[in-house]
Amino acid sequence: MTKAIRYALPVALGMAVLAAWELFVRVYDIPRFVLPPPSEIWSALLADFPSLMASLWTTLRITLIAFMLAVVSGVALAVLFSQSRVVEMMLYPYAVALQVTPVVAIAPLIIIWVGFERINLALLILAWIVAFFPILSNTTLGLRSTDHNLVDLFRLHGASPSQILWRLKLPSALPYLLGGMKTAGGLALIGTVVAEYGAGSGTATGLAWRIVEAGNRLQIPRMFAAFFLLTALGIAIFFALSLIEHFALRKWHESAVSQEK
Amino acid sequence: MSVVAQLNGVERTYSNGVKAVGPLDLELREGEFVSLLGPSGCGKSTALRLIATLLAPTAGGIEWPRGKPPLGFVFQDATLMPWATARDNVRLPLDLAKVPRHEALMRADAALDRVGLAGFGGAYPRELSGGMRMRVSIARALVAKPKLLLMDEPFAALDEMTRHELNDDLLRLWRADDLTIVFVTHSVYESTYLSTRTLVLTPRPGTIAADIAFPRRPAADPSYRFSPEFADHASKVTSALRNAMKIAA
Repeated sequence: MTKAIRYALPVALGMAVLAAWELFVRVYDIPRFVLPPPSEIWSALLADFPSLMASLWTTLRITLIAFMLAVVSGVALAVLFSQSRVVEMMLYPYAVALQVTPVVAIAPLIIIWVGFERINLALLILAWIVAFFPILSNTTLGLRSTDHNLVDLFRLHGASPSQILWRLKLPSALPYLLGGMKTAGGLALIGTVVAEYGAGSGTATGLAWRIVEAGNRLQIPRMFAAFFLLTALGIAIFFALSLIEHFALRKWHESAVSQEK
Repeated sequence: MSVVAQLNGVERTYSNGVKAVGPLDLELREGEFVSLLGPSGCGKSTALRLIATLLAPTAGGIEWPRGKPPLGFVFQDATLMPWATARDNVRLPLDLAKVPRHEALMRADAALDRVGLAGFGGAYPRELSGGMRMRVSIARALVAKPKLLLMDEPFAALDEMTRHELNDDLLRLWRADDLTIVFVTHSVYESTYLSTRTLVLTPRPGTIAADIAFPRRPAADPSYRFSPEFADHASKVTSALRNAMKIAA
C-alpha cells in the first residue's frame, strides 16, 4: 500500500465522522451544552487560542520534564539493578507498589506535602511516578537480554564491568528502552492531566484545568477544544518518540528494517 | 612439540549435582588441530569453555606450561553485535586491549581481507549472509593474533557448500598463523577433514573414549574428501564414536 493511502485513509474517516457529527447536531437540534457541533468547537478554539496555547505549554512543559526525569532515573535504577541482584530484590517490590497505586489516590497527598504554592512541582512528581515504571521495567528486561556469549567474549578479552555495561549491555537494551519511552511519553501526559484534575482549579493552569473550568461554566465547546488539544499533544508526543526510535534503530534492528523482498 | 595446555582430571558439575563433563586428562600440543567429537549434550561445549577459562573446573585443573596464551573464541552463532558494523565488530578485541584507534581500524580491515570480506567493513550483520557473518566472527577471533583458537561448532548452522569453503579457509589460516585449534563438532566428516587428532567423547558426562591421531597433516584439498584414505579415516572415527555410545548405554 502506498504511503499516500496510508495517511489518506484515517484522514478521510476523520472528515466523514466530523461531517456526520455536524449534520447530526444540526438536524436533530441537539442543545449546544450537550453536544456542540465541530464548527463551534473550532470557533471556541480560535477565540480562546492564546489562553489555550498558554495552558498547552504549561501541560507540555511539565510532561516533558517529568518524562526526561523518568528516563534518567529509570535507566539509572535499571543499571543499578543489573549490577546488584541484592539491590534489585530490595527495591523492585517498591517500584511495583509505586506503579500500581492509582495516581488519583495519591495526588491529594503529594499536593498537600509539596504545597499549593509549588503546584507545578507536585504535578511533576505525580507525572514522574506514572512515567517511571515502564522505563525501569523495559530497561531492566533489555539489560538482562544481553547475549550471554557476547558477555563471555568481552570477559575473554579482559573487558571491565564498565566496558561491558557501556559497550554491550546498554546498546543491547536500547530497543527495549525506546519501547518503554513510547509508553512512558503517553503516560507522562496522562499523569500530568490527572494530577491537574487532582489539584483542582485556581492554582494549576494547564489544559486539564481549562477543561474543568469550562465545564463548571457550561462552556462545552471550549471544553471540547481543550480536549482535542490534549489528544493532539498525546499524538505528537507518540510520533516524536517513534521518530527517535526509527532513527536510533533503522540501521541495525529488525523492527526498523523495511521488508524489501 | 611443546605442550600448550595440560588438563588434569578436569571436571565440571552443575549446582544440581549433575556432572556435565569429566574427568578429562588431555595434553594440547602446539600446532595441533584437535577436534572434540561427540553426540549432542555430551559436554563438548562445556569442555571448550573450561579450556577458555570462561568456566572454572569443579575438580582438577589446567596447567599452562608456558603461560596462558592469547585466546580466540568462535561461537556456534556468529555472535556479533548487531548495532556495530563488521569492521567495528572485528576490532572489538583490539579496542578492549586499548590498541590505538587508527591501528585497530587498519588491523580490522586486514583481518576482514584475510577471511575474504574485503570491502564489507561498513556492512551491518543483518546485511550479511550466515556464512559471511561467520567469517566476520573468525576475523574477530584472529585479529588479536591468538595462539590458541577455540571453536564451538562454528559451521553447524551453515549449508554444506559454505561449510566446505570455510573448512578450507580455516585450514589455510591455521597454517599461516601457526595456530593451535580446538574444534568442537558433531560431524565425523568435518573432524576427519580438518584435524590432526580427533578426541571422541562419551555421552554425558563427557570423557575421552578415543584419541585418534591422523598421520596426514590436513590441507585445504577438496579432493581429499573423496579419497579412499579419507573414507578409511572416517570409518575409524565412526566406529570409535559407536563404541563410545555403547559404553554409555
